[in-house]
Amino acid sequence: MCLFQFQSVMNYFPEEVLEHVFDFLTSHRDRNTVSLVCKSWYSVERFSREKVFIGNCYAVNPERLIARFPRLRSLTLKGKPHFADFNLVPDGWGGHVYPWIEAMAKSGINLEELKLKRMVVSDESLELLAKSFPNFKSLVLVSCEGFTTVGLAAIASNCRFLRELDLQENEVDDLKGKWLSCFPESCTSLVSLNFACLKGEVNVVALERLVARCPNLRSLRLNHTVPLEVLQKILVRAPQLSDLGTGSFTHDPDSETFIKLKNAMKNCHSIRSLSGFLDVNGRCLPAIYPICISLTSLNLSYAPGIFSNELIKLICHCKKIERLWILDTIGDKGLGVVANTCKELQELRVFPSDLYGVGNTAVTEEGLVAISAGCPKLNSILYFCQQMTNAALITVAKNCPNFIRFRLCTLDPIVPDAVTNQPLDEGFGAIVQSCKRLTRLSVSGLLTDQVFLYIGMYAEQLEMLSIAFAGDSDKGMLYVLNGCKKLKKLEIRDSPFGNMALLSDMGKYETMRSLWMSSCEVTLGGCKTLAEKMPWLNVEIINEHEAGEGEGEASCDDRHRVEKMYLYRTLVGPRKDAPDFVWTL
Amino acid sequence: MEDYSREDEGCPQLLDLIAKGGEWVGIRAVERSHGISEEKKLELRLAPPGGEWSFEESNTTISRERNGLFSLGPCPQNTVLKPPSPWQHLQTSYLHPVRRESSQLCSNRAAAETKAFSAANTAMHNTAQKRTAPATVVGWPPIRSFRKNIASGSFSKQASDSPDVAPSKVSTVEKSSRTPFVKINMDGVPIGRKVDLKSYNTYEKLSFAVDELFRGLLAVQKKSCSGGIKDEGDGVEKIGGLLDGSGEYTLVYEDHEGDRMLVGDVPWHMFVSTVKRLRVLKTSELSALSRGPKQGKIAMNN
Repeated sequence: MCLFQFQSVMNYFPEEVLEHVFDFLTSHRDRNTVSLVCKSWYSVERFSREKVFIGNCYAVNPERLIARFPRLRSLTLKGKPHFADFNLVPDGWGGHVYPWIEAMAKSGINLEELKLKRMVVSDESLELLAKSFPNFKSLVLVSCEGFTTVGLAAIASNCRFLRELDLQENEVDDLKGKWLSCFPESCTSLVSLNFACLKGEVNVVALERLVARCPNLRSLRLNHTVPLEVLQKILVRAPQLSDLGTGSFTHDPDSETFIKLKNAMKNCHSIRSLSGFLDVNGRCLPAIYPICISLTSLNLSYAPGIFSNELIKLICHCKKIERLWILDTIGDKGLGVVANTCKELQELRVFPSDLYGVGNTAVTEEGLVAISAGCPKLNSILYFCQQMTNAALITVAKNCPNFIRFRLCTLDPIVPDAVTNQPLDEGFGAIVQSCKRLTRLSVSGLLTDQVFLYIGMYAEQLEMLSIAFAGDSDKGMLYVLNGCKKLKKLEIRDSPFGNMALLSDMGKYETMRSLWMSSCEVTLGGCKTLAEKMPWLNVEIINEHEAGEGEGEASCDDRHRVEKMYLYRTLVGPRKDAPDFVWTL
Repeated sequence: MEDYSREDEGCPQLLDLIAKGGEWVGIRAVERSHGISEEKKLELRLAPPGGEWSFEESNTTISRERNGLFSLGPCPQNTVLKPPSPWQHLQTSYLHPVRRESSQLCSNRAAAETKAFSAANTAMHNTAQKRTAPATVVGWPPIRSFRKNIASGSFSKQASDSPDVAPSKVSTVEKSSRTPFVKINMDGVPIGRKVDLKSYNTYEKLSFAVDELFRGLLAVQKKSCSGGIKDEGDGVEKIGGLLDGSGEYTLVYEDHEGDRMLVGDVPWHMFVSTVKRLRVLKTSELSALSRGPKQGKIAMNN
């Protein structure tokens, strides 16, 4: 049956049926695809879509969002480019959520969930949010900034049906307000509360009472000011927790409080995910041994005070772990223990503990190889290491063909193979060749254009690639742009890629979400050319010097290398909130 | 951590390669426009290649360090136009190696420049690899500030050792990321003390506390050194002038980057967040130090 006939048949289905069918499509990608089939599907789909994901808040604007999806209930927005996490994007760049909240409030959108990543969230935004949407249920803020505990108080006070308040690694100005006490007595609906990133003290009495009156509470992550005594009392009140983030975990292990804590822990049969330990005494760790056996997720990456052998003892109890985030204090030896114990491991992240060269031993390629050999289900890794070898990467590639995410970060960005002194091209080449489902890759170490040839050739599913201090010439970038058909996000720093690579296939950028290039070889002229030819792209130059410096011909010299360029596809043209130091070409 | 002797070995070879110039320069010359003579660019000095950079300029870069203007890219064009050349960043980032070992600086730079040349420059890679200073490039390693703050409270030598040390010591060290108990040592006194910086909120109070902590100990030392001939009784000298260089002793500290700094320059809360240990040095020794290789750093940071 040809498409035309098929469509005619489908059009006989009443819209309600189509809508019902579309209900089964939960992924936004699937829904985006069905909207493209024909006008009537587009129409049915847009009226029935409740969850919208916008990967770059500047790709569209609030008006268009609301016009297309009037039944919107759940919105996810991402703002700043990823490298903002590493201080490469100056303050004031943008990513404000206020206009979105304002527009939705004015249009009577029945917003229930808002998830934001790398956005600027002011207290005014939070206040407006809290007062405009009576059914608001879930606020998740990841790596955001701009708000204080005043904004949190507004949320707590006004959102009567709040189920989830999840603050992950945000920069929050803690004005030591009593935001936690602002949850009214009538609030009993909390399911998830995470305030681990807050720096200030909370009212622990209010906290205990809140926990006591929320029987559906499943996830609770405390900040470091909550002492162990309080944790113990909370666990007694809420043995049904499935996800716990401890606050401070240090106490005299011989005290009565500690014994009570141990007993309370034993009673928490549902805990599957554990994190926190922001302030920890290693001798207190045995308290958690009873729950380790059921844990599927463990995050010890905020706890540099746990010694390697204590970590190892702990890990030995965690046989069902699927997700493990730790510091490199675990050492290669510890990773060997993980490999022998954690056969269900899927995701591993090993963070650096010693950034100032004080003398910690970090992990090396040995640990990675051990993990790859011992953990057959491993599919996602972030590994900060002292050194790496091609041989190790090749072995890892053979052992684990199932990687979806592979992010390797050598502490020295251009370190070569530790044994042969060769670039690490072959090692990464093996990874992309073997891991056919790889969607995210970060490379580091000494790398030439060759690695990009491999990536272009083999990484067919790759969607996000991070490059730093790598490559020899434009060819490297060209290999990637030509080869990786599914590439969505490309971020490059300190690599010798210039205009030739940038301009060779300008249409490519319309198929991608964004491109970041900093400290590369692209010039102002090259960026201008691109901006001219591609009206659907915003080509932004970040120029951090004071206005007045280098003005006149100097700043318009097209031969000048551009320090930071960020370009992204957009339906709505140059953004109006760009600060002085951002030029949209 | 790493084998420093290997580094020194590597360096002479490194110098040879740079001096040879020919092959290395030839390849690069095609790729870039140079405003400055190759030799000048490659000449070894405690500054980035290119003639125009001064410490003053690099000072502004230091203050803007956070904004990540770092690059290990090619040589600068001969222009005073903005944006600044990538080597400016190297200057800032290599402050540490500059102070410690100039050989390290040249190995760093060369490693950066020659990253594209694999087999040819294995000697350089050796030195690059053995380089131990992490975190000398902005935004590298790529972790969030949140984690950097945690890592800076790391417990260095203890982390991989057996912790069967006195538990009180363990918990004190662990607490140091929250309650800054820092060690303080004084010249001439073999026993150190610990201070809880949280209990002070000004430099004056700290200075007073130092006096209280060490006055007695110092007196004991002096007594035992002089064989007890001079009996000073209870009239022990106050330890003063710690902050302004006027006294016999001066207070310095070691920050999270391992550098020795004069106490008193930055706001108190900033000091508390970066201080790792304190030292009370003889003021006379301080000026001797100033004449040495550390001079540049001290001057820059005042």
